[in-house]
Amino acid sequence: MINAWQVGTLAALVAGVVGFVVVLRGDVFAAHAIPNGAFAGAAGASLLGLSPLLGLGVFSLVAALLLSALRRYGQRDTSTALVLVLTLAIGAALISQSPQIASSTYALLFGEILGASSSSVLPLLVLALVCIAAVLVRWRAFVLSAVTPDLALARGIRQGRLDAGFLIVVALATTLTVPVVGALLVFSLMVGPPAAARLLVTSPGRALVTATTLSLTVLWSALVAAYWTNWPVGFFVAVGSATIYLLARLITARR
Amino acid sequence: MNWLFAPGLFTSAPVHTALALGTVSATVCAVVGVFTILRGASFAGHALTDVAATGGAGSVLVGVSPLTGFLSGALVGAGAIGTTRGRGGHQQEVATGIVLSVATGLSALFLYLNATTSAATGVTQRVLFGSLFSASSSEILPTLLVGALALLLTGVIARPLVLSSLSVELARARGVRVALIGGAFLLTMAVAVGLSALTSGSLLSTALLIGPAAAAVRCTSRLSHALLLALTFGIGCTWLGIVLSYDSYNWMPKNQSLPVSFFIVVAIVVVYGVCTVGSTRGRRV
Repeated sequence: MINAWQVGTLAALVAGVVGFVVVLRGDVFAAHAIPNGAFAGAAGASLLGLSPLLGLGVFSLVAALLLSALRRYGQRDTSTALVLVLTLAIGAALISQSPQIASSTYALLFGEILGASSSSVLPLLVLALVCIAAVLVRWRAFVLSAVTPDLALARGIRQGRLDAGFLIVVALATTLTVPVVGALLVFSLMVGPPAAARLLVTSPGRALVTATTLSLTVLWSALVAAYWTNWPVGFFVAVGSATIYLLARLITARR
Repeated sequence: MNWLFAPGLFTSAPVHTALALGTVSATVCAVVGVFTILRGASFAGHALTDVAATGGAGSVLVGVSPLTGFLSGALVGAGAIGTTRGRGGHQQEVATGIVLSVATGLSALFLYLNATTSAATGVTQRVLFGSLFSASSSEILPTLLVGALALLLTGVIARPLVLSSLSVELARARGVRVALIGGAFLLTMAVAVGLSALTSGSLLSTALLIGPAAAAVRCTSRLSHALLLALTFGIGCTWLGIVLSYDSYNWMPKNQSLPVSFFIVVAIVVVYGVCTVGSTRGRRV
């Protein structure tokens, strides 16, 4: 449980920071599609007897690169949907080949505390630092291109490269969060708390801190609730994120 | 011809059922999909499939037919997404994401409860990834009826739908009730997604909805041609998927056949890739 706690805290920190950029760019669909690539990777890695973390990382990176390549040619939404179904289909084919993977499908998709405790903390810590550093380094570019795209263009920020960088950061964050909350629910942690923070706070810097605090709150309470009820962590994360978002909407509607 | 059509393919009852169900859902998805692409509503379409999954998982828990589960799930999802409509931009996308995440959380819970309360295994795989070969032939008639209704509704709203997808202002000026048409379209999208969830599993039904239509729209800019092409691609890929999945029993070392949905999706992605490459070449010349 202590291990799950450490991994969970790292996941929530990263999800808060990266999720804020997701909401800023309005790219919720990508944050939903890339974790599904990660799912196929984890299934493939366990078929080959490799570390699931490696599979998660490699496949989510491949999904991110494929996505940024496809987006150059087609509609953003359509390309995302196609990458999503392609990676899911590969995952489905892999799990059909081995009963052992089939039994762990559920944990991969929806998260389990045990899934979190089996992965080691040190590589995850490094990943988390890389993710947060990447967002902070490109912070001004992300905010500028989301708020005033014309000004960003005038400043010489290349949209295509920024988009690719963003997708790669999402892929790294995915690798961290999938073992805790599951591939299908990573994005609910990345979307709910940051969206609530953006409604509540106007300044981007303060909203980032609020988003991280909120996602930590959601994940910690979800871990406790899952520990007591034995229900999947992902369920509590989804309900917690949605509740926080709805509360934020109610508060801002009253103003 | 044995290398393509494995022995017993044409006499197997599950294959007949699969072909019938697959054709109906591919037809409805192709038609509705073209409008989905026109409106840029891929994300909403995908969110509906996940809500359909919640319905599918719930149906096992309550003990009703999967078709009822998928359809009612998708309809509830359409209602939830519909109430958040009209904000536009990022807010809309975030709200759809929240609906999607609550639905996925609920499926997690339902599937967990299924696993702990009943001895039936493989429910997770069946609901999420589909197993067309185990569908019951009694579902053909309701699928046909529901599919026909969805197509009829699409036909009725087609003209105002196209107009309001291209320009909201123009549609308003012509007296089209844009919100009403948008709501009706969400309804048809929910039905299409519910049907294809039965074919390829809820996670992959996005493929049938988006793929053939996206490929068709790449090849032509005329609506009628796009509809015809999408139908051809959708039905073709579905049939190919069924045949290949049946054959794959003989290919794999442990005789574990690969799922139908896998082949359908791969075929659709290949078609989209070819159309994209073809259309960008054509434009450059």
